[in-house]
Amino acid sequence: MNIIVLGLNHRTAPVELRELLAIPDSRIGEALARLMMYPGIKEAMYLGTCNRVEVYAVVEKGDVGFRHLEDFLVDTHFSLSSEDLLPHLYRYSDDEAIAHLFRVSASLDSMVVGEPQILGQVKEAYELALTHRSSGVILNKIVKKAISVGKSVRTKTRIGEYAVSVSYAAVELAKKVFSNLRQRVVLLVGAGEMGKLAAQHLVNQGVKDVFITTRNYHRAQSLAERFKGKAVPYEQLHSTLPKADIVICATGAPHFVISKEDIESAVHQRMNRPIFLIDITVPRNIDPAVKDVDNAFVFDIDDLKAHVGHNQDERLKEAKTAEKMVKEEVESMVAWVRGLEATPTIVALRKKAENIKNVELEKAFHRLGDVSEKDRIAIEGLASAIVNKLLHGPLVTLKTEAQSQNGFAFIEAARRFFELRECDFHSLQSQSIEHDMGQKVSEESLPQKDGQ
Amino acid sequence: MSEALGFLTMGLYFGGTLLFLVFLLHRSESLARVAVFVAGVGFFVHTVALGMTLVSTGHFPIMSFQYAMSFFAWGLVLVFLVVVLRRGLQVLGAFILPLAFLSLVSATLAPAEANVIAPVFQAVWIHVMLSILGTIGFAVAFVAGLMYLIQERLLKSKQFTGLFLKLPPLDFLDTLNQRSILFGFPLLTLGILTGAVSAQLTIGSYLSWNPEQVWALITWVFYFVVLMGRVTAGWRAKRAAYLTVVGFAGVILTFVGILMKSPQPMVH
Repeated sequence: MNIIVLGLNHRTAPVELRELLAIPDSRIGEALARLMMYPGIKEAMYLGTCNRVEVYAVVEKGDVGFRHLEDFLVDTHFSLSSEDLLPHLYRYSDDEAIAHLFRVSASLDSMVVGEPQILGQVKEAYELALTHRSSGVILNKIVKKAISVGKSVRTKTRIGEYAVSVSYAAVELAKKVFSNLRQRVVLLVGAGEMGKLAAQHLVNQGVKDVFITTRNYHRAQSLAERFKGKAVPYEQLHSTLPKADIVICATGAPHFVISKEDIESAVHQRMNRPIFLIDITVPRNIDPAVKDVDNAFVFDIDDLKAHVGHNQDERLKEAKTAEKMVKEEVESMVAWVRGLEATPTIVALRKKAENIKNVELEKAFHRLGDVSEKDRIAIEGLASAIVNKLLHGPLVTLKTEAQSQNGFAFIEAARRFFELRECDFHSLQSQSIEHDMGQKVSEESLPQKDGQ
Repeated sequence: MSEALGFLTMGLYFGGTLLFLVFLLHRSESLARVAVFVAGVGFFVHTVALGMTLVSTGHFPIMSFQYAMSFFAWGLVLVFLVVVLRRGLQVLGAFILPLAFLSLVSATLAPAEANVIAPVFQAVWIHVMLSILGTIGFAVAFVAGLMYLIQERLLKSKQFTGLFLKLPPLDFLDTLNQRSILFGFPLLTLGILTGAVSAQLTIGSYLSWNPEQVWALITWVFYFVVLMGRVTAGWRAKRAAYLTVVGFAGVILTFVGILMKSPQPMVH
């Protein structure tokens, strides 16, 4: 039995290829059914996002399994041939496959490390596999664990804490001036794309009010509708400034729209309450000299980019901690999987029975005191007979059923009935997982891209 | 015994100070937790020491310069622990613990023979207590002001690393600054009034123009102006932060004044 994954992602394949392999949710059932038709595939899950397409499967034999998965992927789109596809595919099996899924789920394999969507996408893929009955004992356990590892990486590290988009960086900086954005008023000047994005982020934070002003009043009105704010005629820009705690400027005008004097007078009218300004366009719309006004904080696009760059470094630092957490979880999961083989389960069961027998015999002999050699042999024989006869049925069933379609369910059941834990199998492990995952992250290159 | 505990307290505050300073340079949440724990243990030992003195002498241990400074440090650390529990603002420790530690050090460096307050008038402890509580308010305002000025500078110079991430938002620091003064000012006012009354009752004069009294009055007027300025002229944010940092110098000079007044019995 092997756990395998075959797939491609943003690092190995261009978007044109990833698009071809995408399967819409409505057709997943059909695809999974087609996948399960291949002989030797016991369980399967399809994970498709805009950055990756991966098929996870539990198969009887790894090499055959990989070939079937390749055929499956090639067949997803008529224009694909295996020559196109093969150079872009990566293959992992067993320990490495589990480690890969855990890293994906923990967002360590993502284009933007720490991005939050992937965890939900893994959940959806799993639910689809459940719905279409392609997931079984092994994938259930592994994927559930991958999801919980992903969750605990999010909660226990700060991997997702740092903004890595320029427009969101504006929100993060604003939070260093204002502790509660809900009481704050935003003024959006102009209708530039980045400005709208930043305004949207602030609206998502629940700011109290949004004023929008553009040279074209109708445009301001339509934006006001979108942000549930108020449109302000462009002539009233300067009289509106003192009301705003946060000003986002993105007009596209080739000159300064807000001067140092404007801000000096606004701060004065605000009785020195701080005002936070974001100049998100090139050429700049806010006179950089505004930075010399006390209690006015102005940031341009380069400042935001610097903040983002720093945040990416921080995320990569956090990713190292996350890799360690993932590695530990992978080890215990691998131990569980190893235990699912019939032989170690049988060995562990025999060993456990033998131990119980010996302990109980010792207790009995201790209590009886002087026992003749003949009696001793008889008592030991009795104990052995009971143990062997009791175990005979389960062991025979295990040996025969382990080969059947739902063999793992039997093994898992045996392990639960007889309370065989993962640790009982540790001594049986011959291999240990050596998978230096730390290296992978440092190779990761993060794009300077807006939006996550 | 309580002297040993006193030194233990000092050691723990010093340890906490060092840990917090390392925390300022390195990004490590666990380090901050250890530092808060050390400060917490220090506070516990400190409380036990103060309690033992209370039991053995029968009155609240603030009637000498040493004890007054010790009580001041205790109050500061209490404020810090409350803020950490309620707001999780561990970085405050990097500013408050050194202050608490230095207070304890200054207490031991002060000439010992001079600082026992003559029990000429028993109720003088009320004056001392109110003044210390008021001073704690100003000390917290000082720390908030200092943090504000640092964070403001980091924002203006666009250094979005290290300390910038640990310091709280500007408006939080401004509010903390304002509330601390609003807490400290009435207490200092009452402290000065009770001091004047007890001086009248002991040496027959409300005001003897010694350095302590002069600095206390200057400090009082200064903070009064700062408070009024905030309400009427918008002296908030950077200016308020700057003024409270400067104003705390007046508080320190008052303490120096108390020391200079020795060796006469300490009547306020």
